Amino acid sequence: MTKDEVKEAVKDIIATIAPDEDLEVLDHGKLLRDQIELDSMDFLDIVMELRKRYGVQVPEEDYKELASLNSCAEYLFPKMASLELKLLNA
Amino acid sequence: MPDLPRIVITGIGLASPNGNNLAEYRRNLLAGVSGVQPYEIRYFGKTVAGVCHFEATRYQSRKALRRGTRAGSVAIYCANEALKDSGAALDTVGRDRVGVYVGTTEHGNVETEEQIYEVSQYGYDLSYWSHHHNPRTVANNPAGEVTLNMGVTGPHYAVGGACAGGNLGIIQGAQMLQLGEVDFAIAGGVSESIHTFGIFASFKAEGALGEHLDATRVSRPFDKSRNGIVVSEGGCLYTLERYEDAVRRGARIYAELAGWHVNSDAADFVLPLPERQQQCMEAALRRSGMGPEDIHIVSTHATSTPQGDIQECGAVRAVFGESKTTHINNTKSYIGHTMGAAGAIELAGNLPSFEDGVVHPTINVEELDPECEVRGLVLNEPRHVGRVDTILNLSFGMLGINSALVVKRL
Repeated sequence: MTKDEVKEAVKDIIATIAPDEDLEVLDHGKLLRDQIELDSMDFLDIVMELRKRYGVQVPEEDYKELASLNSCAEYLFPKMASLELKLLNA
Repeated sequence: MPDLPRIVITGIGLASPNGNNLAEYRRNLLAGVSGVQPYEIRYFGKTVAGVCHFEATRYQSRKALRRGTRAGSVAIYCANEALKDSGAALDTVGRDRVGVYVGTTEHGNVETEEQIYEVSQYGYDLSYWSHHHNPRTVANNPAGEVTLNMGVTGPHYAVGGACAGGNLGIIQGAQMLQLGEVDFAIAGGVSESIHTFGIFASFKAEGALGEHLDATRVSRPFDKSRNGIVVSEGGCLYTLERYEDAVRRGARIYAELAGWHVNSDAADFVLPLPERQQQCMEAALRRSGMGPEDIHIVSTHATSTPQGDIQECGAVRAVFGESKTTHINNTKSYIGHTMGAAGAIELAGNLPSFEDGVVHPTINVEELDPECEVRGLVLNEPRHVGRVDTILNLSFGMLGINSALVVKRL
């Protein structure tokens, strides 16, 4: 998986969690929670879906790394580079 | 009875397997249209159930639907529909003066079963257990979801009363209005029970789950060949107000809650006790200041189980057997057993009788069980009776809880 595909993976997870949002307009550098309605339970959902779909564990102290799509890609890429992209909302 | 404020119904919101609003529901009750259909659920397999088809996104975003429970969604739909029907505005009432009282049979089984299944897919590793489990399974979830959705800041809680829950929710709302705890109540009952395989499996294990080749004929209270319950989902919430408040704002009044009674068998976990059901009805009549002849419709609880229907008919016969002015019907024959919603939703099906003078029948009775014979039983075809002024609504539940609610037209 490339870094761009990691972003696609995260966006696909968010599409499941926040199905009413338009994710195509997201600024990858800005905080996700400033652009769409995401609360702490939603972030836990993102962590859970990463675990379920990709077997990726995100420890609590690293949750802040999931703040934007760019930071997601930087943080998750080493954990997901060897994995295949799975899109449920394509 | 102390001189307490009179309580009236001013709005109705419902989700029934055979109707998403009162008009559609009533139309289908008079036309004999069932809401029971073939159904399949994890582990249990093929069965039948009463399934609702209301538009959940009318009042909820897709995200809110995902976050909450089915019972919460049913409650939100019903509460919004009831409020709209009432014509009241929460800001005028005062959001902190509104109470939400939702009767349930059970709550939390659906989510718990779902999570156990989910972790079973990951070797029972509990790190896969959802953080949504607790807020989805707390008993006040359906009522609480209503307050979140509607911005109600008054009290909300569940009234757990097994299959008497719907009546108990209404009674609780009325009592809180009488005490002055709230000025406006959203009250009734809901059920999401078709989404738990356990309820089907448990009824099956008890020998109490109904069967028939035709799904629409499985629920057939009083029929000689009846063999058990149909599990259904659904909901019905009313807006309740003190009579003076309703008149002051020019509200349409469907009915007044004339009296009620709740008691316990103290006899058995599952089996009903007809003498206590009889006492419950008699006490509700006393409190309403009525005799048996004053009741024009008895909406029975009968669930289509061989023994339960006989016992209830015995109790009804003991109270109303001599009354020439009482008509007796059953709504589960159309929609199955909506559990915590049953009392509320079955009352709603009968309320239009105050307007149209028609008693909807108990359908699916091919051969009346002689042991279920009761004077006034309305079978298979609607009966035009001219004028209906009163309804006695019965709901009973496991652990021996009985409820009888009397409503009258104004």
